[in-house]
Amino acid sequence: MFEADQLACVRGDRPLFESVSFRMEAGAALQVAGVNGSGKTSLLRILCGLSSPADGEIRWKGTSTRSLREEFFSDLLYLGHAPAVKDDLTPVENLMTSAALAGIDADEADARQALERIGLAGCEDLPTKVLSQGQRRRAALARLLLSERIPLWVLDEPFTALDAAAVEQLRGTMEGHLQRGGLLVFTTHQDVPIRAGQFSRLELAR
Amino acid sequence: MIAIFRCVLRRDLVLAFRRRSDVLTTLFFFVIVVSLFPLGVGPEPELLRTMAPGILWVAALLASMLSLGRLFSLDYLDGTLEQMLLAPEPLPVIVLAKAAAHWLVSGLPLVLMSPVLAIQFDLTQTLIEILVLSLLLGTPVLSLIGAIGASLTLGLRGGGVLVSLLVLPLYVPVLIFGAGAVGAESSGLGAQSHLLLLAAMLVFAAVASPWAVAAGLRISVE
Repeated sequence: MFEADQLACVRGDRPLFESVSFRMEAGAALQVAGVNGSGKTSLLRILCGLSSPADGEIRWKGTSTRSLREEFFSDLLYLGHAPAVKDDLTPVENLMTSAALAGIDADEADARQALERIGLAGCEDLPTKVLSQGQRRRAALARLLLSERIPLWVLDEPFTALDAAAVEQLRGTMEGHLQRGGLLVFTTHQDVPIRAGQFSRLELAR
Repeated sequence: MIAIFRCVLRRDLVLAFRRRSDVLTTLFFFVIVVSLFPLGVGPEPELLRTMAPGILWVAALLASMLSLGRLFSLDYLDGTLEQMLLAPEPLPVIVLAKAAAHWLVSGLPLVLMSPVLAIQFDLTQTLIEILVLSLLLGTPVLSLIGAIGASLTLGLRGGGVLVSLLVLPLYVPVLIFGAGAVGAESSGLGAQSHLLLLAAMLVFAAVASPWAVAAGLRISVE
C-alpha cells in the first residue's frame, strides 16, 4: 500500500542515508529510529512530499506520490516538529483551521468534543499562548481525533512534552487507528510499545 | 476550494485583528511619510499638486512592503505552512486567500486614507477620485507581486532587505501607471487608459502570481 524504494537523502555535501526501502500494508506500523542527526525528520518529510529525495521513489497504492500529489495529500496526515498551532488563536480555532486545511469535514461541535477528549476541557476558548507546552502539544494532537478516515499518519516525535496519561491516551489513539486498518509511520525517543498487526523498526545508521 | 479560500482568509483576518498593532504600524507609516513631504518641500500649492500622486504612490509601495515579511514567515515558523503545502486543496488557492487577506489588512486602509491625505496637497475632487481608483486597482497588485518576493526569501537571514531588492523593481510598472493616471487626468488626456492598464495588471497578477508563489513556497520549505 505504502512503499519506499531505495530512498537517499543528501544534506549539503553529506549523505544522510541511502537505500532506505520498506513496504507497508493496511494496519502496519513503522517506527523510524536512530540517533539525533541520523535523518529521521528528513526521512519523514521526504515520505510526505515536503522535500524530494536525492534518489528513489515513494509509492502510495502502487502509484508514485509525485504524480498523485493532492490525491495523496488527502490520504495523509503529517504532524511535524512544529505544532502548527497559532498563539493568537484559541484551540478551537486552531483545530478548525487545521481540519479545514487537511480537508476534514468537522464543525465546531466536533472540534470541541475532540479537545475535551484530549483533556483540554475549559481551555478551548483561551488564546493558545497562555497554555503550557504540554497543553499546546495536546491542542496540536487533537487533530488526530478528527482524522479517523485519513489512512496514513506520519507523526514526528508525537510523545514529546506529554505527561504519562497523555502518552497512554495517544498510544490508544494510534493503536485504534491501526486496528481500523490505518498505516502509521512515527519516530520517538520514548519507549512506548505500540501493538500492531505488523510492526517494523527502521534503524537509520549514521 | 471556496471553503478553503474562506477559511484561510478568515483565519488571517482574525489573526490580524488580534494583532492590531502590526496593521496600525503600516497605516501610520503611510500617513507620516505622506505628511512629511508638504512640511519638507514647503507650502507651494503648484509644486505640491504635481508631486502628490507620486508621493502617495511611493509611500503606498513602501508601506505595503513593510508587512510583506510577515505574510508567510509566521506560518513558516509555527509549522502551519507545512500543513498548507500538504493540504489536499490546490496551494495557489490558499496563496490567493493569504494575498487577499494581506491586501484587506495593509492595502485597503491605505486606499481609504488617501483622500484625506490628498487634501494636504490641494488636489481637486476629480483628481482625488482618480487617485483613489488607481490605488484601489494597484494596491492588490502590490500584495500579489510582493507575495512572490516573500515566498522566495522565506527563512533567509536578512530576508527583509532582500525582499525589497527583489520586489521594488517589479513594482515599477504599477507605480508608473498608478501615479501617471492622476497626471494624465490633470493634463487633460484622461486617465482611462492608465486605469485600464492597471486593471489588466491586476487580472494578470491575480491569475499568475499564486502559481509563482506556490512554487516559491515549495522551494523555500524544502
